Amino acid sequence: MIAEAGLAALWLGAMLCALQLVLAVAVLGPSSRNSPSSSTSPSSKRTLGSPAAGAALSSRDPSVRWDDEGVEEVGLARLVQPVAVAQAVLTALAFAALIALFVRVDLSVLLVAENDNSEKPLLYRFAGAWGNHEGSMLMWVTILGLAGAAVALLERRLVPRMLIATLGGQAAIGLGFYAFLLFASNPFARLDPAPPEGRGLNPLLQDPGLAFHPPTLYLGYVGLSVAFSFAIGALVTREVGPAFARAMRPWVLGAWIFLTLGITAGSYWAYYELGWGGWWFWDPVENASLMPWLAATALLHSVTVLATRDGLRAWTIMLAVVAFSMSMVGTFLVRSGILTSVHAFAVDPRRGSFLLALLLIYIGGALALFALRVGTVREGNRFDAVSREGALVVNNLLLTAVLGIVLVGTLYPLIVEAVSGTKLSVGPPYFNAAVGPLALLLVIVMGAGPLMRWRREDVAPLLRRLAPAAALLVAVLVALRLLVPSIGLLPLLGLAVAAGTAVASVAPLWRRNLLRTPLFTWGMVVAHLGIAVALAGMACDSAFTVERLVAASVGQTVTVGPYSVRFAGVDPSFGENYEAMEATLEVRRGQGDPAFLRPQARAYWSPPTETSESAIRTVLDGQLYTVLGKQADDGRWQLRLWWKPFVTLIWFGGALVALGGALALVGRVARDVRARRREAAFA
Amino acid sequence: MSGRPILWAPLVAFILLAAFLTYGLAKPDDTNITSKMVGAAVPPFRLPPATPGMPGLASADLAAGKPHLVNIFASWCVPCAAEAPQLRAIADAGVPIVGIAVRDRPEALADFLHRYGNPYARIGSDNASQVQMALGSSGVPETFVVDGRGMIRRQTIGPINPQDVADTIAAVQAAR
Repeated sequence: MIAEAGLAALWLGAMLCALQLVLAVAVLGPSSRNSPSSSTSPSSKRTLGSPAAGAALSSRDPSVRWDDEGVEEVGLARLVQPVAVAQAVLTALAFAALIALFVRVDLSVLLVAENDNSEKPLLYRFAGAWGNHEGSMLMWVTILGLAGAAVALLERRLVPRMLIATLGGQAAIGLGFYAFLLFASNPFARLDPAPPEGRGLNPLLQDPGLAFHPPTLYLGYVGLSVAFSFAIGALVTREVGPAFARAMRPWVLGAWIFLTLGITAGSYWAYYELGWGGWWFWDPVENASLMPWLAATALLHSVTVLATRDGLRAWTIMLAVVAFSMSMVGTFLVRSGILTSVHAFAVDPRRGSFLLALLLIYIGGALALFALRVGTVREGNRFDAVSREGALVVNNLLLTAVLGIVLVGTLYPLIVEAVSGTKLSVGPPYFNAAVGPLALLLVIVMGAGPLMRWRREDVAPLLRRLAPAAALLVAVLVALRLLVPSIGLLPLLGLAVAAGTAVASVAPLWRRNLLRTPLFTWGMVVAHLGIAVALAGMACDSAFTVERLVAASVGQTVTVGPYSVRFAGVDPSFGENYEAMEATLEVRRGQGDPAFLRPQARAYWSPPTETSESAIRTVLDGQLYTVLGKQADDGRWQLRLWWKPFVTLIWFGGALVALGGALALVGRVARDVRARRREAAFA
Repeated sequence: MSGRPILWAPLVAFILLAAFLTYGLAKPDDTNITSKMVGAAVPPFRLPPATPGMPGLASADLAAGKPHLVNIFASWCVPCAAEAPQLRAIADAGVPIVGIAVRDRPEALADFLHRYGNPYARIGSDNASQVQMALGSSGVPETFVVDGRGMIRRQTIGPINPQDVADTIAAVQAAR
């Protein structure tokens, strides 16, 4: 019953999505055709049934808001918002139905039988709903619907015409993904006869991280669809300007915050769960999440230039298209089986073809619309090369270059195979060597940019402002080189740049009244500081990590970094759905009190899988990371031990970046609300 | 048309990308992954018999002048059961097949051979997966073509499907 209800809700949601698109086209269609050069045409030309309605829907008149009376006359337009909300509610119901099926372990549903198991702890039955291809696709569509509903309910800055165009864009994207779900990935398909027991969830995914990581990441991924729809709306209505940028900014910021959190959490999850001691592997799936982040970061900065200085119009639109395109390309890469990856989802060329067709329609369509329309967008304001805008442009170009490198590196094996027929894989050496120097440059520009003035900046005072940071950078460089002669070039530069940038990042607060500093300035400072902190963590990890791989017998003591680790014993241990060998490690730093770490080698029953569960001791200046490996024939056990100084800064920095984003978002929204109140008070 | 060709560059770049993606989807799935071990000699090993009544397996058996098919399998592995008829057909064609049973119990293995047939001339028991790993194999089933001098000529990851039988026999004969 639940499965049928879920499927019905999904179908209804899809139909409402179609209705939303039809309504948007009906409202916008005639007027778009009637206004050949609309960016200069007077608003009265855009007739929509009645001149009054045309005027009301016109975007030239900034005083017209959605809730103004004029819009009431356009019946169709008034329907778009409620339809968007209803669609989201129905899809969310379908998703809730799937979660209910997983929690109840309804084995008559194929997806549940393949991924669920009654012995599984409740949290993983719950999270199992999205730990698979179909379920995660349903979550994707649900978030898409909710994002559209949020725009329909919350967006107050956009003029009605553009709001409708944006919701139309959202519906157009939604329609394709609904079709993908309903025709190629039905999560509610029945299995007859029902098996006595389900297969379970990949044990690697049985970790609290799974419950939170994918939803967070998806909120970011799919949240970018809003920016995409905004860009489409702007191109359709030919309204690219500061007002549009100010409306789009909070949505980009919101998606970007979740994307940042998702990537940071995902990196930490892979770090402690996979047991190999690394925090980033340039795996295609990791790259699939990094690419939209890079584009969104560039977009976030260029949308600010558009909002405050009315510059970079075409570029902002382009980035909005690219950011969500990267989300979709990522989805495609992960689900088509086209690239082999540790955590690729459904390896299925038929689904791949369907998704590829969607990519062609959406990305190709958007880029074609861009090429056709953006030429009619008036060029924005000009600025000097040395200026805040100039720095933001450089930052944008660097981000885009990094994005290009990651994209090419991810697809390179495919390209080489197509051209020469040889199989190869691109690993961390390529990415580190290619991305590293650009990333360092990027961080330097990031530190310097906020210290520049808008429009034009004189070089001399700028250099004076940058002097303290530059001095620290050089000091750290020289000191490290002398103290640690063996340090590699990239980590050395990384630490020096991190120190300099940290100082430059907080410099905008210097000699300001901190209480009266706007929240979004705080946000920028915290986010930039977070990048410097994360960079310091990465550089420390690659420069100072100590690794020991030993075959230890019980009672033996091994030293790693400042720690001595005594292998106290191995005991069997049991969980709800696995058995494990658990080592007891007595770890001691210098003459300090001993602490105990218990890494496990686990064997899950369903599906039968062996995993190693690392045990980590976190202290202020780093982490001791321990993994229990296999037992050799002579009775000794493999132990892998790492001392990783300051590695936690990587994720702490990531969290700071997200916090900075959140502060900026709260600051922007609060200022909006205050402005609206003032307006209302005057009226 | 806006008259500015540069504006079409993103679309052209994307279409190029899409073309590669289309190629990636369309290319036939190639399971014959060339591992680092292909072209190398079988590492020296000696495995005890895996089940009563069958001889065990040592690397010397594979360098005695005749090419072999080395099949890594286990009784608990479902695709191995699906692969069994193909192995029987290959053995019936006169190709010597030896097995390496991974993490198996003698009774379970005997039961497996009774149920699905026994195409093997020898079966070694690899309880710690050590020989499996030394061969560069990461899962079951996997099959190697080893020539008469003990050199690995080919590695097939995953089960041998019915359409692969002729090709596999030809590969062993070519390895002579």
